[in-house]
Amino acid sequence: MSQNFVSYLEYRGKYKGILGWIFSTDHKRIGLLYLYAIMSFFIVGAILGLLMKIELIAPGKTIMDAQTYNAFFTLHGITMIFLVVIPGIPAIFGNFFLPIMIGAKDVAFPRLNLLSWWLYITGAAIALSSQFLGSGPPDTGWTFYAPYSLSIPTNVLSAVLGAFVLGFSSILTGINFITTIHRMKAPGMKWMKMPLFPWSLYATGWIQILATPIIGITLLMIVAERLFKIGFFDPTLGGDPLLYQHLFWIYSHPAVYIMILPAMGVISEVIPTFARKTIFGYTAIVISSFGIAFIGYFVWGHHMFAAGLSARSLWFFSLLTFIVAIPSAIKVFNWVATLYKGSINVQTPLYWAISFIFVFMVGGLSGLFLGSLSTDVYLTDTAFVVGHFHFIVFGGMGYAFMAAIHYWFPKIFGRMYDKSWANTGWLIFFMGFLALYFTMFYLGMMGQPRRTYDYFPEYHAGNIVSSLGAIIMIFGLAIIIINLVRSARHGEKAAADPWGGKTLEWTIPSPPPIENFEEMPEITHGPYDYK
Amino acid sequence: MINMEHGSIIEHRDDEASRIGMWLFIFTELFLFAGLFLVFTVYRIKYHDGFHLAAKELNVTIGTINSIILLFSGMTMGISYLTIQKGKNKITLIMLAMTILLGIIFLVNKYFEWRVKFEHGLFPGSSELISLSKGDVMFFGLYFFMTGLHALHLIAGLIFIAIVFWAVIRSRVHSAKFALLENCSLYWHLVDLIWIFLFPLFYLIN
Repeated sequence: MSQNFVSYLEYRGKYKGILGWIFSTDHKRIGLLYLYAIMSFFIVGAILGLLMKIELIAPGKTIMDAQTYNAFFTLHGITMIFLVVIPGIPAIFGNFFLPIMIGAKDVAFPRLNLLSWWLYITGAAIALSSQFLGSGPPDTGWTFYAPYSLSIPTNVLSAVLGAFVLGFSSILTGINFITTIHRMKAPGMKWMKMPLFPWSLYATGWIQILATPIIGITLLMIVAERLFKIGFFDPTLGGDPLLYQHLFWIYSHPAVYIMILPAMGVISEVIPTFARKTIFGYTAIVISSFGIAFIGYFVWGHHMFAAGLSARSLWFFSLLTFIVAIPSAIKVFNWVATLYKGSINVQTPLYWAISFIFVFMVGGLSGLFLGSLSTDVYLTDTAFVVGHFHFIVFGGMGYAFMAAIHYWFPKIFGRMYDKSWANTGWLIFFMGFLALYFTMFYLGMMGQPRRTYDYFPEYHAGNIVSSLGAIIMIFGLAIIIINLVRSARHGEKAAADPWGGKTLEWTIPSPPPIENFEEMPEITHGPYDYK
Repeated sequence: MINMEHGSIIEHRDDEASRIGMWLFIFTELFLFAGLFLVFTVYRIKYHDGFHLAAKELNVTIGTINSIILLFSGMTMGISYLTIQKGKNKITLIMLAMTILLGIIFLVNKYFEWRVKFEHGLFPGSSELISLSKGDVMFFGLYFFMTGLHALHLIAGLIFIAIVFWAVIRSRVHSAKFALLENCSLYWHLVDLIWIFLFPLFYLIN
């Protein structure tokens, strides 16, 4: 490989030092800015989660009182959902790899992209300021349910405003990606020759554009309620709190697919590379992404089965919930079929991808318990819901995130991490994860309510297992993060294509040159050309 | 970004991309208001009689005048879009200035309309409004929130037009490069369109 290019890491532009990063419009640098910010918030959120699990290791007060616990699960939720999981994969890996994978030099609107990052940081600062300003941290949970969120004195306002700004950042990213895919594909790259990760970002972009404004306006209504006492959701003024729940979930259910679709895109990249085999059912994966994105709009009522909707609408939402499981299952079959008879190259990203399939299936199947009306009435608001949610969102998006960082790490930093430490970290993390969240299914079945710092003594044994699982998982996470951080500076130099990948990002040097491609690529074959 | 070191100075410009980007943004804006239209519909059904009576408090004359003003501003904006393509920059500038003027007149009317409501105590949180029916409370809550949000969009639109106006003076927008003006025009028509829905919902249906 010729050395006459300047990598994006070494490039010196108009500004020097840190300014060269925070004012850079290069999609790769913006991707890394997101990586550092999101990883920091993730560590904060994970520590909050760990402290909550330590509180639950014994009944009664262990390390914190009820109000602190309420504030902790609220902040844990806001941080993890709005700051980590929703932007996570699109903002980091989408920014970094979308242009490269479709053979472009940058996204369609580089300056808008930088604005998105600044809005993200601003929104995060506003949301986190709720902890220090006003009369105490909010304790509503990340859902801000009315009328409680309208009347309590805690600082809900800045948390809600922060989430609004973060939504705006997410919308701008979606607009940018959709336009980029429409306009900037390399010559010869037809739609059906596009790799599956860009496809998943395309479907995600549409959800970001069409669902996020609904939460935007809902949060603005909460702001107006608190500032001007309008009464949209306040029953004493004639408002309807259920309407808030509807509006909230009209966004927040599709938001689950903003989290999971890019994750599925990552898995669809990792599996063919390590099976050294063309992906099975490319078209089915593309279509199922849109099936998920579309049906996902019409299932929000399943978050409200116990809220008192009419029997007919409950039936309708339950049916649609079962239907939305189908396209997800199609993808699982495709991934497994891709592995079948492949010449499998077992590496860290594949461990993460395969454990993703496992935890995602457990999460999906436990979701069917909650999607059926009769079992949901029994299980709603128990630890079962928390277990299901973490299997899907943390097990889904989190595992795919780990697969992505271990897959693209050598491309991003031009260095390879220590593989045996990475595998050890994965194993410890995976075992801790299962102990932590599997137990929640059991505890929920036994009737332990969620969102309480205390419980009856009969749940003690299960909670000990769960909390020990949390400690083991965090230990594994620490190994993974320390290994990656160390290797980014001191790892061995990585080759341009260490895994034998076939998509465009593996045809350019590691780390990529500032302009990505020395000469524009001509696409003549499909993305997973293993022959 | 211009990159001297690599010797290639390519001004990347894709008008089609900026047009797509603007349309996507407009979809987002429409869904933002769609949420409010949904809330309006729910409460209109729930408090049918209250909304019916409360709507009579609004001044249909000012509402109609404002609708005509906005429609007219849509026309001046459209003319500026046609003339810039023919290189008649002077007419473009006049039309943009007229659009700004009409937008400001709309806001001034709105101000007087709101002030009358405030004088009558018909605003969210006032003790007089709370003493009325729940339908009234909700109607005026929605009225101020929706027309207020629309007014904010209108102000954003005016700032956008002012930027385009400056760009035409500085010849950064001209007959061969007018994507900025086109997007500004799209945005202004969105502001226009939302008012076309707000006006009958609040003023005419009763």
